[in-house]
Amino acid sequence: MTDIRDPVAPVNKSPSLFHRFANPGAFYRVARPCLSYFAGLGLTLLAVGLCDGLFFSPADWQQGESVRIMYLHVPMAWLGSACYAALAVCGVLSLVWRHPLADIAALEIGPVGACATALCLITGSLWGKPTWGTWWVWDARLTSMLILFFLYLGHITLMRAFDDPNRGQKAAAILALIGAVDLPIIKFSVKWWNTLHQPASLTLTNVPTISMNILLPLLLCTLGFTLCAIALIGTRMCACINERRFQRLLNQEIAP
Amino acid sequence: MVKSSALSRKTKRLWIVIVCAVCLAAAAFLMLRAFSSSIMFFMAPSQVREHPPALSRQFRLGGMVVAGSFHKKTVGQHPLALFDVTDGQAAITVHYSGILPDLFREGQSVVALGHMDKDGTFAAETVLAKHDETYMPKEVAEALKKSGKWDPRFGPPPDAASWNKMTEPAGSSPTPKAGGS
Repeated sequence: MTDIRDPVAPVNKSPSLFHRFANPGAFYRVARPCLSYFAGLGLTLLAVGLCDGLFFSPADWQQGESVRIMYLHVPMAWLGSACYAALAVCGVLSLVWRHPLADIAALEIGPVGACATALCLITGSLWGKPTWGTWWVWDARLTSMLILFFLYLGHITLMRAFDDPNRGQKAAAILALIGAVDLPIIKFSVKWWNTLHQPASLTLTNVPTISMNILLPLLLCTLGFTLCAIALIGTRMCACINERRFQRLLNQEIAP
Repeated sequence: MVKSSALSRKTKRLWIVIVCAVCLAAAAFLMLRAFSSSIMFFMAPSQVREHPPALSRQFRLGGMVVAGSFHKKTVGQHPLALFDVTDGQAAITVHYSGILPDLFREGQSVVALGHMDKDGTFAAETVLAKHDETYMPKEVAEALKKSGKWDPRFGPPPDAASWNKMTEPAGSSPTPKAGGS
């Protein structure tokens, strides 16, 4: 059996901070009221950012209007990588501490990250045709991002492939950790090797090579999408906790 | 007693994960280093000059289109585009008879797929434009050109610090201040 705790059961009197977060019920009580704020703030930022980006920000001097797909492409690339990093963290928590919440999180982050990565690849392809002159090339950045997408598919499948969920969670956690090698490869691919994809415009050490009135909507969109993704994942996790609790009650009903 | 054994099991698992992660990272690093030359998407003209590939071998040549080198001529009935590609150390003439991408211009980086001809020129089958990581409005580009700080035909724009605040939304005048220094 999976270790499902009753979400409404009271938390132990004084558990360590770590274990308090491990309790899905405690998570549910804290996260559920916050979700609508995250979603509201995220959607507001997104509305402002997309409006500014798509209608008011200037077109690029050489790419023209096609540069506006960046306001979708960059946040999706960021979300795809960030969600996988979160999966890897969940993997460690699950493998080492058998953290029940980490497994629920991994279960629900996977599809969101996979969608973001797919959108990143699709928008990148649509952007590549008018600028580079091709839909797709096998350069290091594009290939490593495609591998990330396949890693997501593998993780999603493994998570749900076994009759005993614990085995699936363990296998998926191992895959998440192995796949994390791909993240620095994606990040530094444009630095280490010759690629068709351009290097990063935003770096820690240098001035951004993006004009400020293109950069501002880009940052707003990225933040907005991130908050929306957090709200989405949180909602999915709460739904999962509810579903398991319901299933447990149903099982008790059938076989008392 | 029970607690301490449970703790040690967790610590053991943590160590196993750390050791596996370190081994995996090392393996990935070594593998990528070994394959580094095949992960390279294109060769620079100086690399081609140093290690010339076989005439029939297909490879990608990447570099900047040299200013003033682009011209068209008609061979038979086919239009042919000729331009030099450089990495700052060597230059190779490329000839191409297809449709060039919209972003193709002198000073732009391009990646061409093709093979070397006997006369030392590169016969391209496809040409892709490789744009850089700068994004700026048309007005800023015009202002930079007018102020003489940058000629797009000679490569990427100057240091971003000198221009990326040029058309801030807060600025009262819609026209950028050319040559802010």
